[in-house]
Amino acid sequence: MNKPSPPVLQVDGLTVAYRRGQQSLAAVRNVSLSIAAGQAYGLVGESGSGKSTLALAVMQYLPENGQITGGAVRLAGQDLATLPREQMQQVWRDQIKLVPQDPGASLNPSLRIGDQLDEALRDGGETGQELRSRSLEQLRQVRITDPERVAASYPHQLSGGMQQRVLIAMALARQPSLLILDEPTTNLDVTTEAAILDLVRDLVQDHRTAILYVSHNLGVVATLCDRVAVLYAGEMVEDLTTQQLRLRPLHPYTAGLLDSVPRVGQRAGVDPLLPIAGNIARLDALPAGCVFAPRCHLAQQPCLDVRPELEETSDGGLVRCHRWREIAAGEVSASAARPATIVVQNDAPGDASALAMTGLVKRFPVRRSLAEMLRRTSARQVHAVDGVSLHVAPRRTLGLVGESGSGKTTTARCVVGLAERTGGEVTLFDIVLAPGLDARDASVLRRLQMVFQNPDEALNPYRTVGDVLQRPLQRLMGLSPAEARAEAARLLEAVRLSPAYLDRTPGQLSGGEKQRVTIARSFASNPDVLILDESVSALDVSVQASILNLLTELQAEQGSAYLFISHDLAAVSYLADDIAVMYLGQIVEVGPTELVLHPPFHPYTEALLSAVPRLDGATEESIRLPGDLPSAIDPPGGCRFHTRCPRLLGDICREQEPPWQEAAPGHRYRCHIAPDELAAVQVIAEQNGRLRREMSGAGR
Amino acid sequence: MSRYVARRLGFLLLTLLITSLIVFVVTQWLPGDVARVILGREASEPALAALRAELGLDKPLPVQYLSWLGRFVTGDWGTSYSTGLPVRDLVLERAGNSLMLAGLTLLIAVPLSVFLGVVAGLKADKPLDTTISVGSLAVVGLPEFVTGLILIDLLALRLHLFPANSSIRPGTGFVEALPQLVLPALTATLVLLAYVTRLTRAGVIEELRQGYVRTATLKGLPRRTVVGRHVLRNALLPTITVLAISFGWLISGLIVIENVFNYPGLGRLMTFAIDRRDLPLMQAITLLTVLVFALANLGADLLYAALNPRIRLE
Amino acid sequence: MMDGYTAGGGSDPASLVSQDRRRSLPAGFSRAGRLLRELYARPSSALGTTLVLVFFFMALFGPLIAPYSATEQIAGAARQAPSLQHLFGTDHLGRDVFSRVVLGARDILALAGLGTLIAVVIGTLVGMFSAYRGGWVDEISFRLFDSLLALPALLLALLLLGVVGPSRNSVLVVLVIVYVPIVARVVRSVVLSTKQKGFVEASRVQGESTSAIVRRDIFPSVTPALTVEAALRFSYAIFLVASLGFLGVGVQPPNPDWGLMVSQARPYVSLTPWALWFPAAAIALLVVGVNLAADGLKRVLLPGRQS
Repeated sequence: MNKPSPPVLQVDGLTVAYRRGQQSLAAVRNVSLSIAAGQAYGLVGESGSGKSTLALAVMQYLPENGQITGGAVRLAGQDLATLPREQMQQVWRDQIKLVPQDPGASLNPSLRIGDQLDEALRDGGETGQELRSRSLEQLRQVRITDPERVAASYPHQLSGGMQQRVLIAMALARQPSLLILDEPTTNLDVTTEAAILDLVRDLVQDHRTAILYVSHNLGVVATLCDRVAVLYAGEMVEDLTTQQLRLRPLHPYTAGLLDSVPRVGQRAGVDPLLPIAGNIARLDALPAGCVFAPRCHLAQQPCLDVRPELEETSDGGLVRCHRWREIAAGEVSASAARPATIVVQNDAPGDASALAMTGLVKRFPVRRSLAEMLRRTSARQVHAVDGVSLHVAPRRTLGLVGESGSGKTTTARCVVGLAERTGGEVTLFDIVLAPGLDARDASVLRRLQMVFQNPDEALNPYRTVGDVLQRPLQRLMGLSPAEARAEAARLLEAVRLSPAYLDRTPGQLSGGEKQRVTIARSFASNPDVLILDESVSALDVSVQASILNLLTELQAEQGSAYLFISHDLAAVSYLADDIAVMYLGQIVEVGPTELVLHPPFHPYTEALLSAVPRLDGATEESIRLPGDLPSAIDPPGGCRFHTRCPRLLGDICREQEPPWQEAAPGHRYRCHIAPDELAAVQVIAEQNGRLRREMSGAGR
Repeated sequence: MSRYVARRLGFLLLTLLITSLIVFVVTQWLPGDVARVILGREASEPALAALRAELGLDKPLPVQYLSWLGRFVTGDWGTSYSTGLPVRDLVLERAGNSLMLAGLTLLIAVPLSVFLGVVAGLKADKPLDTTISVGSLAVVGLPEFVTGLILIDLLALRLHLFPANSSIRPGTGFVEALPQLVLPALTATLVLLAYVTRLTRAGVIEELRQGYVRTATLKGLPRRTVVGRHVLRNALLPTITVLAISFGWLISGLIVIENVFNYPGLGRLMTFAIDRRDLPLMQAITLLTVLVFALANLGADLLYAALNPRIRLE
Repeated sequence: MMDGYTAGGGSDPASLVSQDRRRSLPAGFSRAGRLLRELYARPSSALGTTLVLVFFFMALFGPLIAPYSATEQIAGAARQAPSLQHLFGTDHLGRDVFSRVVLGARDILALAGLGTLIAVVIGTLVGMFSAYRGGWVDEISFRLFDSLLALPALLLALLLLGVVGPSRNSVLVVLVIVYVPIVARVVRSVVLSTKQKGFVEASRVQGESTSAIVRRDIFPSVTPALTVEAALRFSYAIFLVASLGFLGVGVQPPNPDWGLMVSQARPYVSLTPWALWFPAAAIALLVVGVNLAADGLKRVLLPGRQS
């Protein structure tokens, strides 16, 4: 055994406050943690938890209105707050590095990548050539295969994943002792995220760097870190090993977070999520007792009055809860009780379809230059949606999953008529829908509604909730203003909001409340079909879970069919009876959820499944996609996926469009590889993964 | 990039075409019978008819416009009603004087205002910035004739540093005219200064908020490298566009300033032409100014594109 | 406690109170009051607002304040220095400068104000229609407006005045022509960005008519930017009216136009400097006041925008 090395980073009782007008809001209160060399420490929390503030305070790089008002940050024993600016610059240069959330904005748009990387590597004294060759080497380390081209590029010429690799290369340039990663994969697609996480994991093992990994995603943290701290409203509520996190978290909030995130394959009707009640605490209105008490299912009178201290548990963790001993002893459960109300009517998938698309096509013309017009070059087009045929059965949910650029949002917009389709047909029951909204009459609009992506933009900031809900009731349902108001109140209750919200404006609502109002609005006309376009993606996990459950309940009550669109395979599989997978404008696989999640599946679906970060930390032998999503202007010929396919056969994939293969009744995918061949390789891979997970003791 | 240049050139031509149409409508069609404007109220009908035929006024409007434009493009700008002299000689000589004044103004104003803007932006909301910002806000509002009169009173009448009157003789060179150029140029500088300073400041503040500034700082680079190598490179790019727009302000400003200082430039000529309703003169001055302004804008756009990799590499 | 409201998440007590009040007071009234309070929270915009209010007061009650008429040539009182009798002195024709400055306030504020108002109304209509409609209508009208903007404002004004002849009405028309494209562009850009927002698309999906969407969803989003733009236009309008007056192509004598007064007093500046500097100072104070107030408005209504 090595003797324990001294911590690289030690944070002692850190408190950070922001000035806002006359107020001073403590965004981080009395947080302590330490990270040893080679250790990866995860910091988990939802918005407002103070996790990014903590990361910036460690860097000594708070915004101008932020200040460390208590405690200390020590790097190898040295208190960073006492360092003069010049020495802090040395620390920034050599010892602490930050990989930020938004790679695009974090690179200078008007300098070449190579120059920006050189800057981070410069010692002084070396020649430009030496410097550049080191930069290129650094790019190779982050698995960039053509470093010369990347070094000569400007940031806007690279994809988000590539930009993040560059920033990681920059951060590791001088072998720092501490690397802080602040949500480094949040804005990236899942397949890119998986590749970046692999990279970080390997680099950490090679360099013995101490890591502080900040994220809202427990799965990501669990795949990477040894130890995890959970922050809530600026306080650390629990600190535990990843192993303990998987087996038995003690704090009700930690348990709530775990119970709020759907696992792939978890179904609403079978194994519902257990969301945390209420809204995230606000810094200007903190509860007097335990910060989590207002939302806690175990809260008792002392919890509301007395703030609990952080206490050490028997297995070396820390927890801030009055009732942790009862939880540890198994007398009460940290998880909330299972809701009894979710009833899923699993109607048999009949032949009738509520909504059907047949050969749906949407192309956007690319503007031609004058010269091109004169040369009569035909206009180039973006093939956003290219021959999509899907159908949604009445009272059932079809999940449409794909990464950004797959065309799923354009599909939704063509269905509701916000974008006019270029070809194909959309039918609502037996009515063929006109391409444009203006040509559809009120009866159609009433039966087909949509919930939009971003709740902050989906409500007019100048209208009250009551006004927003009453309009469709009056216009589409022909109610009188008085009737509409009564009905609006009823709608609010249906989405579990009190009628007092009728007089509020969107500025007074939280994100989750806004999304509830937009859902209420789209249910105003009691639609037969509801399109949900990334409707929960912008929400915090604890809020997201309650909205997912709300949608399930509303479907059972109202009997609407859903087209649920998301990049999140787990969320889709939670809600959907059937799943369609989309890649570069085309459907590549479609079928009942249970079948789509198991082999044989399309190689792209396989990659998507493999990329989902799992709490159980199973990662080895994963499928990773090389390269970036090709342009939809000139999509690859043959099979569109051939440029990235891990199971590429050869020329047949490059030259011939793949046929639809029937894996099981109702389960089809588009590939040259036959179901039994595909199943043979994929089943082995899946079983290996499952075996390892069981051995690693994944109990959840 | 070549696509971008082609598009810009297309816009330029379109702009010139539309503005010339506007000028044509305003000066040829709006006043009614140009022949009567020239010959006066008492002119006989045959004389009017003859002049109309001579000027092509009896033809349909589109034909009139095209031939009018054609004459302009080929350099035939007509004869001034009030002086009987060829408009082209008159206008080009005065244009030279105006350019001399505009040039000196830009020489003083651009470096000064960019410098002040950068300083204010880097020190945003500190006392120095407040001084510069509120100061420029006050100055931006003062009409040129007020600042001009104040400068004359202070620097010419009280301190006798420069002449109060700038009526240089025709053909005077830049160096020779310099003492008389200083006061009007200073007045025009104040106009530009306020405007460019404010926009440069805004640009710097905007860039300082960007994520790449954090990246650069956290590389451990000294502040001056972060500002010099990273911030200014991006913040000064839009300033090029700002300067092009402010050139339009300068033109407006110079019209008034030339009148305050009695400086024989295009602005002074314009008010002279208006006094005498000298339409050919007004047309020529307007079209020439629009051309110069449009070219300045084109130049700025191209420079911006050449320095901005996001456009250059498209 | 505020009854009637459950203790929800993002509720801001201040806005809840104002929500309540909206029922009893006319909405515009309390909103204007709040705006005024916020303007007075910063010294520079407080100064600006005060200056503007003083000049508006002058314009409203000018005839009650001014001891003489604007055109009266007081016998035997030409070229008098400022005194208790004539606060700002008299000019070379024996007119009371103080009275002319006070009475001139109405002229310039009415002219610039009316011009701005008309330009803002027309510009808003054109900008909203064009942007919401989109397509070739939008394309053509905005090529045209861009070209109009390629003409420096004062040059366009001079050209128009040179042709139609100087008069108060011509100046008004010129103001409108010069400012409509500018206002329309500002409105258009806000409409174009609002049009993409989810709440407009939601209204469309729920079958709202175009006019209802423009009225209910788009217009309220345009108002803050439009208010700021109107204030800026107003300041430039004052500037332009004064400059045209100075050049002798704007309001004609014997009207008490400040710009005109400055240019008329210029030949006699050594004899009656007060006849030049008082109107000049009036112009300067008014324009600076409007500018400072407009800057304050921008900080209040469009926070986060720097330029």
